[in-house]
Amino acid sequence: MARETPSTSLFRFALLVCISVLVMIVDYRSHYLQHLRSALATVITPLQVVATLPNEIAERVNIWFISSEGLREDHEALRSEYVQLKSSLQTLEALERENEALRHLLDAAEKIKDKVLMAELIEVSLDPYTHKILVDRGLRDGTHVGQPVFDPTGVMGQVTQVMPFTSAVTLITDPGHATPVQVRRNGLRAVAFGTGNSDRLRISYLSQIADIRVGDVLVSSGLGGRFPTGYPVATVISVENDPGEAFLHIEAEPTAKIDRSSQVLLVWRAEQQSQIAEEPTVEPYVGAEQELQAAILKEEASRRQ
Amino acid sequence: MRIALSFIAAFLLMLVPLPDWATTYRPDWVLLVLIYWCLAMPDRVGPVAGWMVGLLVDITQANLLGLNALGMSLVGYLANRFHYRLSMFPWLQQAVSVLLMLLLYRALVGWIRGFFSTWNLDFTYWVPCLVGMLVWPLLHIILQELCRVPKTR
Repeated sequence: MARETPSTSLFRFALLVCISVLVMIVDYRSHYLQHLRSALATVITPLQVVATLPNEIAERVNIWFISSEGLREDHEALRSEYVQLKSSLQTLEALERENEALRHLLDAAEKIKDKVLMAELIEVSLDPYTHKILVDRGLRDGTHVGQPVFDPTGVMGQVTQVMPFTSAVTLITDPGHATPVQVRRNGLRAVAFGTGNSDRLRISYLSQIADIRVGDVLVSSGLGGRFPTGYPVATVISVENDPGEAFLHIEAEPTAKIDRSSQVLLVWRAEQQSQIAEEPTVEPYVGAEQELQAAILKEEASRRQ
Repeated sequence: MRIALSFIAAFLLMLVPLPDWATTYRPDWVLLVLIYWCLAMPDRVGPVAGWMVGLLVDITQANLLGLNALGMSLVGYLANRFHYRLSMFPWLQQAVSVLLMLLLYRALVGWIRGFFSTWNLDFTYWVPCLVGMLVWPLLHIILQELCRVPKTR
């Protein structure tokens, strides 16, 4: 092979740097590279599956050693929980019927239910400096960028990358993620930022006179159109008032088991379902910042009133 | 073929889930393997191969495309450029140069990351570089033995 001179290899390297920068900017700003990502991800997916094998084998082996005593206890606990849930579901069904009838009387559009799909976590380690998880549902199952993800106890995050068989979900605790929330008690709107710590969220831009206390439950406000309204996001655990600063310093703990859930729910929002049926293309990613800006604007508007 | 297999192994090592405390110490396996091949086969593996492998790493980690690609092409270029000198070095000196490359890579990647998103930088970010330096001699021996590469000139 011909030996290359240092200058050609330097030139080639400079070219690569330019391409990388270009690719980064395009990937950050738009979704043109989605197809490239999907194509290359099919190469990677088998590796990811193989990488989870040791864990799975360990789990299988563990199952052999579970005592029948423990199983019986689990069974009892689950059974009582089942009975409780069943009874509350009955009241819920009654309420739902009543609600439907009332809506019908009001001539309001009937609320379509959100479609939900269970997804299993693929336990591979991603970049430890961002809070992302990989789930086993992808383009094949019709997931799309921006789709909200829940676990049985609250909001987990949103889908940010879709690959053929898997999707990457950015968690609400990712330092770059912001979730529009409101206090369930009084409807006060705020924005919950991720901190990079899986059991903390930071609530910013609430003025010192804002009515928020320790123990308040924050639910998704639905602003920004990304998350449906009313799902629990976090519980306030500390409110600090530093007179020298313009805003309160508030910390909250996510309700969802951010780092423990192994099964999550992908939600197709009712108003998007028809859209998906027509065109299964990926929606453009608006980004957390714009969501945040919209939330802040609304917040300001409500304060001016 | 040998190159591909060793990279696949490195990807698996990168992906295998570890307990939280151990994740902090996980060295950049893919990068270490890349450096090895840049030194052992400078004609075939260089910045271009580094860039492609880096792109795959970006996809595997669900990261911004091009982030690791840029870092790895830089390391590929440096390792390629100085492969004569580096393969002449005694063990310790070589390990220290590898440490420098790992640090440079992390610095570049961390810096760019700061441009595009918020993230928390603390000293644990640099720990994998040290671990990488420590496993380098071992990795070098293993790859050399397994792959039976004719010794670099």
